[in-house]
Amino acid sequence: MEMLNEFLKTRGIYALVMILFFLGVYGMVLSKNYMKKLMAMNVMQVAVIFFYLCFAQKDGGMIPIQNGLTTNPDAYINPLPHGLMLTAIVVSLGTTGVAIALLMRIKEIFGSLEEVEILRRASK
Amino acid sequence: MNFVQHAPVFIVLLPLTASLLCLLFSRISRNLGSYIVIAAIFGAFISAATVLKQVLASGGQAIHYWMGGWEPPIGIEFVLDPLNSVLAVLVTFIALMVSIYSRPFVKREDWLHLGGYYTLFGLLCVGLCGMIITGDVFNLYVYLEIMSLSGYGLIALGGRKSMLAAFRYLLIGTIGASLYLLGVGYLYAMTGTLNMADLAKLVAAHLDSPLFAMAVACFIIGFGIKMALFPLHGWQPDAYTFSHPGAAAFIAGCMSKAPAYAMVRFLYYIFHVDNLVVHSALNVIGVLGIAGILIGSIMALAQFDFRRMLAYSSVAQIGYIAIGLAMGNLYGFIGAVLHMINHAFMKSALFLVIGGIQYRFGEVNLYRLGGMHKKIPISTVTLTLAALSMIGLPPTCGFFSKWYLMLGAYTGAQYFYIAVLVISSLLNAIYFFRIIEQVFVQREASLTEIQPPSTKLGLPIEMAVPIVVMGLAILVLGFCNGDIVTDVLKVGLPEVFLR
Amino acid sequence: MTIVDCRPFLAVGVSLLAALLIAFSDKRPNVREAWSTIASFIKFGIILSMVPAVLNGDVYTYTLCQITDTVGLTLRTDPAGMIFATLASMLWVPINFYSIGYMRCNNEGEQTGYFAAFAVCMSACMGIALAENLLTFFIFYELLTLASWPLVLHKRNDEALLASRKYLIYTLISGQLFLAGVIAVYCIAGSIDFRAGGLLTIDMAPKWVLQSVFVLMILAGSVKAAVMPLHGWLPAAMIAPTPVSALLHAVAVVKTGVFCVLRIVCFVFGPKLLAQLGIIDCLAWAAAISILVSSMIALRQDNLKRRLAFSTVGQLSYIVLGAALISPLSIKGAYLHLVAHAVMKITLFMCAGLIITRTHRNNISEMYGIGKKLPVTMACFTIASLGIAGMPFIVGFISKWNLALGALQAGKPLYILVWVASALLAAGYLMPVCQMAYFRSDPREKFIQYGAFSLKMLVPICVTTAVSVALGVIPNIYPHFYRLAVMASEAICAGWTGGWL
Repeated sequence: MEMLNEFLKTRGIYALVMILFFLGVYGMVLSKNYMKKLMAMNVMQVAVIFFYLCFAQKDGGMIPIQNGLTTNPDAYINPLPHGLMLTAIVVSLGTTGVAIALLMRIKEIFGSLEEVEILRRASK
Repeated sequence: MNFVQHAPVFIVLLPLTASLLCLLFSRISRNLGSYIVIAAIFGAFISAATVLKQVLASGGQAIHYWMGGWEPPIGIEFVLDPLNSVLAVLVTFIALMVSIYSRPFVKREDWLHLGGYYTLFGLLCVGLCGMIITGDVFNLYVYLEIMSLSGYGLIALGGRKSMLAAFRYLLIGTIGASLYLLGVGYLYAMTGTLNMADLAKLVAAHLDSPLFAMAVACFIIGFGIKMALFPLHGWQPDAYTFSHPGAAAFIAGCMSKAPAYAMVRFLYYIFHVDNLVVHSALNVIGVLGIAGILIGSIMALAQFDFRRMLAYSSVAQIGYIAIGLAMGNLYGFIGAVLHMINHAFMKSALFLVIGGIQYRFGEVNLYRLGGMHKKIPISTVTLTLAALSMIGLPPTCGFFSKWYLMLGAYTGAQYFYIAVLVISSLLNAIYFFRIIEQVFVQREASLTEIQPPSTKLGLPIEMAVPIVVMGLAILVLGFCNGDIVTDVLKVGLPEVFLR
Repeated sequence: MTIVDCRPFLAVGVSLLAALLIAFSDKRPNVREAWSTIASFIKFGIILSMVPAVLNGDVYTYTLCQITDTVGLTLRTDPAGMIFATLASMLWVPINFYSIGYMRCNNEGEQTGYFAAFAVCMSACMGIALAENLLTFFIFYELLTLASWPLVLHKRNDEALLASRKYLIYTLISGQLFLAGVIAVYCIAGSIDFRAGGLLTIDMAPKWVLQSVFVLMILAGSVKAAVMPLHGWLPAAMIAPTPVSALLHAVAVVKTGVFCVLRIVCFVFGPKLLAQLGIIDCLAWAAAISILVSSMIALRQDNLKRRLAFSTVGQLSYIVLGAALISPLSIKGAYLHLVAHAVMKITLFMCAGLIITRTHRNNISEMYGIGKKLPVTMACFTIASLGIAGMPFIVGFISKWNLALGALQAGKPLYILVWVASALLAAGYLMPVCQMAYFRSDPREKFIQYGAFSLKMLVPICVTTAVSVALGVIPNIYPHFYRLAVMASEAICAGWTGGWL
């Protein structure tokens, strides 16, 4: 119990992130609907973003705004991972956009988003 | 503003600006956008060549270009050493050739499609060049995504089935990119830096940490997906087969090379090969490479769609690069890098040829190419040269990368690699001679024309010139490989081989 | 003395250029064949112009470019290479005229491709003969494979397709194994430049490594030289037009194979090392068995070209056996037989081609009485046959004499029996043709002459017959093949007597 608590306290969040990540991959591999695959992909991307935010987190850290109180960098939260993740979010937005555009075209051409149905019609 | 001083940034900046403006100009005048993108890619090629000349003139000293004057490790920098500047020249050159070549395919479309095609094409070029020359790991992620997104777009332009291929590639590619991002996260958590040079120094203290092993694993899977290393190649045959016929040459030739180079950069320049984790990673890559070579070649034998056959043969050729890296010695490394360059040319040349056949005859079945040498002689010469090069027969360039790979295998006492290379050459010979035989032997003209020949060469001049140039390039690279190796690759070797 | 001179590359380049010009004058047959003829004379001239200096002991060498980081694309005229280069360029002149006549008389298709590929083959031959290192050698070796492939495929029918596939399978596999051997030699010795007497020594690597490298490399040579278990492609390749069989499958390609064997035995491994390795005896046995078995198979062939093909297999193994005996005289004999067999066999094949063109008879059993109808052809055929059988005063005798002496010198006199037996067998399979032609009359008396008579076909036959007699009476007649062979074997066997005498 002690150990579990200790684990959850220090690494628990990472375990959750990992679970989220693999849940995303699992969904992408196993769901039969292309829209669901896309959603699972987003879940996976969010997991990576969480991962960055988690390791950037610091107990007692301050938001990185110069307020004249201290210049000690240890007192601040590192802003860089957050900055990076803003970019990553934009990228994932772009990916989702392209994917949705593709899905719209697929729906137009094949009339469905179910994988079985699409494969049946594509092979014709 | 001094052009030479700012040349590194122009490699990316020119095509980026041009492709963003492309649609606007296309709206004004249908063809203007495409001309601007082609001109910008030409500019990028000139910049890359300038940089290469500069780097070589300074004896292999890397050029560092700081974005906005911010000093790394805070700022983002472009680093151009001999190795990646030669790859930048390669990518921009092929981009230039293919962009000229693909105009007849889209010439009759409306402004939106024409402009859209060239926008995507320019962005793909930006992504590839950026990935190659950047010196910052997160920046690399951004370029990786630019490359991938424009790549998905270009693949989806190919027609009905290409949507599915593009969507699948999107899903798998995103897994690859996310894994890369995850790996960067591990590295950043360990070292607190994103600059590659800085990382190379700081990571040395963490080489036995489990996080480092995780990061290496993430990178290998991530880049493995992007470069279609053997068990991760599932997206690739469909993507190459159904992509836009004009852009297929660029996609097939270069899109796997930038991730492969990124892998080289991480394993050899940042992680220093001589540690246990990277060493075992290399062994894994070697085994995957061998499997890829054998299975890719066998799968290629079973295809009758020319493009699909080439796609599977790419899986095998990426295996060549993988085993070259896996050898972990000087000649293996040279062989791998040289094969990246050579394979880019060979594969592009082959896809240019098949694009031409598709354009004129609407045919992709490799058993129906009889009498091709009478109708499009130029393409036939290039096809033959590229096929010989794929098999690895001298004096075409493919032979020489095989030569260095074999030397690497022998000096590293890894004789099974030699056996694999020999077997692979023979399998290659089977499936390429099958095509050459078809072309020359089938007496009855089985190719039916859907497009009347517009010139004596059988193809529009915009298509014929790139095909000739690429065919010649295969021979020229073969004869110049000694110079490339001694003057370029050997001055840009990773530290490991200099000790 | 070493002279830097680009003439070796000119000799290679002239027929490559000719091939290009030929390809571009597709529509004009006369122009096309003129290019081929001009190139053949120029090439022969260039090679001859180098002979005097080589006889003086000088060497022309030229490096075109660094083909890899350490190895140059270099040609060098050593005596051994000059023998082959002179031979091939000399025979291209008559065979070129013969080709023109043959292709026109038979109305063959795809003649442009034929002449272009032929010219490329000759370039590759020069490159092989004069290559200074193993990589240059390999490059031209593969070029020859590629350029001769369309010639085998020339008829474009199913049989030709199968033959060409067989040819490719044999040569490509052996080529790749050879490449692996080259890599190994490069890593063991640090150099792949040919050196008379061998560039490897026993202390460079463990014995088994050297042995396996030798096997890898010799396999490649043996495939093109059609040593017995690896000869399958040669009879199949007889589907090609007769001039191709004459020049390539009697002279250029197969001679490249034996030349490769000689290069490997004498210039890469060297007689001393091979004597220490002990593996050379296997090659000698294979060659001896090949001589006997192929001669016996030749006895049973009815198709004239196939019979000649099996005779080629046997005669090539003479040369391989000469190399495998590694004594000074046998090596000299091997180089001489390289010349002798080429001159005789090209005559035989050209005669066969003429007979087929004029009578449309492929089988020996149908060749009743053609001696009366084609008197000159059959006279030449008879002379060349006698030469193959080893008759004195015809070119084959002097080489066989040296080979037999070489066997004595190597302390393996039993091999003389092989030569005696094979000479008898050769007489046994070639004389019936003459007998059929001269002494049997056609029971049906239905001798039909097909095709136009062309002097372009007959004159080359007479020329090569004259050459074979001249070389037989005066072995050292210009261009001094005998002297070159002596120089080559002296250089190779400096300080090595063959171990017995």
